Amino acid sequence: MAVLVYADHDGVNVKDSTNKAVSAALAISSDVHVLVAGSVAPAKSAASIDGVSKVLVAKSDALSKDIAEAVEALVTPLMANYDAVLFVAGAAGKNAAPRIAAKLDVAIISDIIEVTGPKSFVRPIYAGNALESVESSDGKLIITVRTTAFKAEGNGGAASIEEIVAPNATHSATFVSEAMVKSDRPELQGAKRVVSGGRALGSEEEFNAVIVPLADRLGAAVGASRAAVDAGYAPNDYQVGQTGKVVAPELYVAVGISGAIQHLAGMKDSKTIVAINKDPDAPIFQIADFGLVADYKTAVPEFQNSL
Amino acid sequence: MKILVPVKRVIDYNVKVRVKADQTGVDLANVKMSMNPFCEIAVEEAVRLVEKGVATEVVVVSIGVTQAQETIRTALAMGADRGILLTSDQDLEPLNIAKLLKAVIAEEKPDMVLMGKQAIDGDNNATGQMLAALLDWPQATFASEINIDGGKAKVTREVDGGLQTLEVALPAIVTVDLRLNEPRFASLPNIMKAKKKPIDIKDAASMGVEVKNHLNVTKVTEPPKREAGIKVESAAELAAKLKEAGVI
Repeated sequence: MAVLVYADHDGVNVKDSTNKAVSAALAISSDVHVLVAGSVAPAKSAASIDGVSKVLVAKSDALSKDIAEAVEALVTPLMANYDAVLFVAGAAGKNAAPRIAAKLDVAIISDIIEVTGPKSFVRPIYAGNALESVESSDGKLIITVRTTAFKAEGNGGAASIEEIVAPNATHSATFVSEAMVKSDRPELQGAKRVVSGGRALGSEEEFNAVIVPLADRLGAAVGASRAAVDAGYAPNDYQVGQTGKVVAPELYVAVGISGAIQHLAGMKDSKTIVAINKDPDAPIFQIADFGLVADYKTAVPEFQNSL
Repeated sequence: MKILVPVKRVIDYNVKVRVKADQTGVDLANVKMSMNPFCEIAVEEAVRLVEKGVATEVVVVSIGVTQAQETIRTALAMGADRGILLTSDQDLEPLNIAKLLKAVIAEEKPDMVLMGKQAIDGDNNATGQMLAALLDWPQATFASEINIDGGKAKVTREVDGGLQTLEVALPAIVTVDLRLNEPRFASLPNIMKAKKKPIDIKDAASMGVEVKNHLNVTKVTEPPKREAGIKVESAAELAAKLKEAGVI
């Protein structure tokens, strides 16, 4: 039977993470459909993803705000036609997917990084310090995908698009407001380069004066360690780690980050890791491809000038 | 208003986790165990709601081995009123935990469940959402601010790209994120007082809930090791090496 991918989109186009979730779905079944919920516009880009045979679109305001109860009301009945549904393991997917699993009385399979069989998966536990191989005994699989672990499918396809009706959710939370960070920089999760700052920066002003210009110079997204976020130097949305975002860019530059386990969990799969820290014993150096033991105050401007 | 706070006993977040040689799991023998950090934040928030006069009672519940009593005592020392422990030696999946919590809720009838967004062992981030589904209650996950007024909770949530505020009618499930608060350290007098607070201990099997694991863990392995690379002497050398490697 077919499997469904719940599209991650910005209201206009599907995000690259959707192409990656499709890649995970294709490892489970050759018949992959994509569900675009909220707005209609992204359906076109969803239909172009290689390997997708059909796109379903459901328009609704609650869905465009990722209200979990609305997503559950839409997806749960659709599962009569599908063996599995895959969500991108971001805030929206993590919010809704377990709800659907509970409604169907099946397990949630969170954050998969590998598909090893039709019902077998690998997922990180303990902040990525161990990998768990699991096999499901359920008839329906509800999955969230750590998309950094999968390659993105291309955009050479032309699937059919079908509009469906979004049911109304009962007992639902209602949307009040949102405050989204607007930025011209690449989005942290899909960025090819990331520059992150840690506790050593010491203040929000210093973070903005050091990390942000280097990120702009490299065309990189800005990240932060939990310590920097907790101290108020950077917004939580920048947080890379077990409790924040998991990234795997081509280049990850860690400035003034010691490398706590929980931070490493969020970035250790980056292709090239650069660490700048004045403490030669900082654990970050144990995983860095290029380490520079120096005070960031002099090293970062020098590095920037050498680019 | 009565708040129920589920808490989990996990490997302390400072402990380096070791995978067992036979690949059956991680080594829990002689390892320091603590309350899951997200659960601590939930307990703290519940206690603050009592201190503000918004809530009247905080009940903590844990499901697991008998030693989870210590975790409940920690919550009681922080200011919770009483505890419930459902004992089980099984490693229970989030769905089973949610079903057992639903049974506890049927008895306790709380107005709100405050709980951590995830446990740092299984990293599932699922139990709160599953419990909300089983109860048909609204949910507000990843909370960084909670305001309660007139039978409703206004919850600001940490989402990708910023913050979202939702309103949920109580009873509801709210799962908490890191920035909601900074949990207190229990004072010695409060630790002493907590020893006298009641904990109701019963066998999870007595709750009339069918517990069945849906996922078979075939093995647990170490992640591939990443080797340290080279140290460079200067920022200029760093830039040169990155150019040489074709990274920039």
